[in-house]
Amino acid sequence: MSVAKPDDALRVYGVDLASRLMVGTSMYNSPAILADAVRASGCEIVTVSLRREAGGTRAGQSFWDLVKSLNVRVLPNTAGCRSVQEAVTTAHMAREIFETDWVKLEVIGDDDTLQPDVFGLVEAARILAGEGFRVFPYTTEDLIVGQKLIEAGCEVLMPWGAPIGSGRGLNNPYGLKSMRAHFPGVPLVVDAGLGAPSQAAAAMEMGYDAILLNTAIAKAGDAVAMAHAFKLATQAGREAFLADPMSPRDMAAPSTPVLGRAFT
Amino acid sequence: MRLRVNGSEMNVDATTLAALLLELSHEEGAVATARNGAFVRRKDRAQTQLREGDEIEILTPRQGG
Repeated sequence: MSVAKPDDALRVYGVDLASRLMVGTSMYNSPAILADAVRASGCEIVTVSLRREAGGTRAGQSFWDLVKSLNVRVLPNTAGCRSVQEAVTTAHMAREIFETDWVKLEVIGDDDTLQPDVFGLVEAARILAGEGFRVFPYTTEDLIVGQKLIEAGCEVLMPWGAPIGSGRGLNNPYGLKSMRAHFPGVPLVVDAGLGAPSQAAAAMEMGYDAILLNTAIAKAGDAVAMAHAFKLATQAGREAFLADPMSPRDMAAPSTPVLGRAFT
Repeated sequence: MRLRVNGSEMNVDATTLAALLLELSHEEGAVATARNGAFVRRKDRAQTQLREGDEIEILTPRQGG
């Protein structure tokens, strides 16, 4: 039976991951709900960031202590960076404080859509990969940009489903399918824009390797239950992909045998 | 000396980055630092001299998506 077996691990930068769901840590109603949601999601990777903090407060250290208690791998982001220099410096700072060379690389090109500045993204990826970072680039579904990112040293690509936080799902299914076909051996993660578990399942059914999301869980009425729902949807989509879905057809085809039908 | 720290202008007594963190009550281990847009490693803070008008970033772990 070709369902997702325990050995159906996703290998990214030499690390085997049993869970194909990665979860953001932002916008939860409380640290306790964040912790419960991460556990319910079954994820092995959470995204984190760096921000300014006034001296004397311990919010940053408290948050970091909480994340460490979850026993998951962290993927620091460069969220909000608008230039190559900002992103590279933020990555350096994150590597020291989070003690990882993994980085979710964001170079944002527009405030309204938060879409990546793909030119800056490729340049920053090349610099960081050259310095030993394991770069997870937040990109679009553009095939040539994807190719340039791989040439720059990225071993995984993370195209958006839709603008960050929009909950619109997969805006360009054709483009995402095309990307999957174009990069058959590259781990591909749909990152951002998903709003419902069905959309995660749809991406996984296309053959995407993993899902990264934050808002759809954190802003759900019950974040913990939604985290579990996304876990199930991601697994279902993966198993469906491995099971090789039937092809759609235009006309009906009876599922009950025609042979032996009465009254004929 | 007048600096811009995390986007705010301020007058400080510190002359090194390590001393600045102490003066502003930051815990050494819980922050990452940059001076004029360039990362400064933890081990280099004590040797990093501050100059009038420097732009300093002091960042800590935070929630992220």
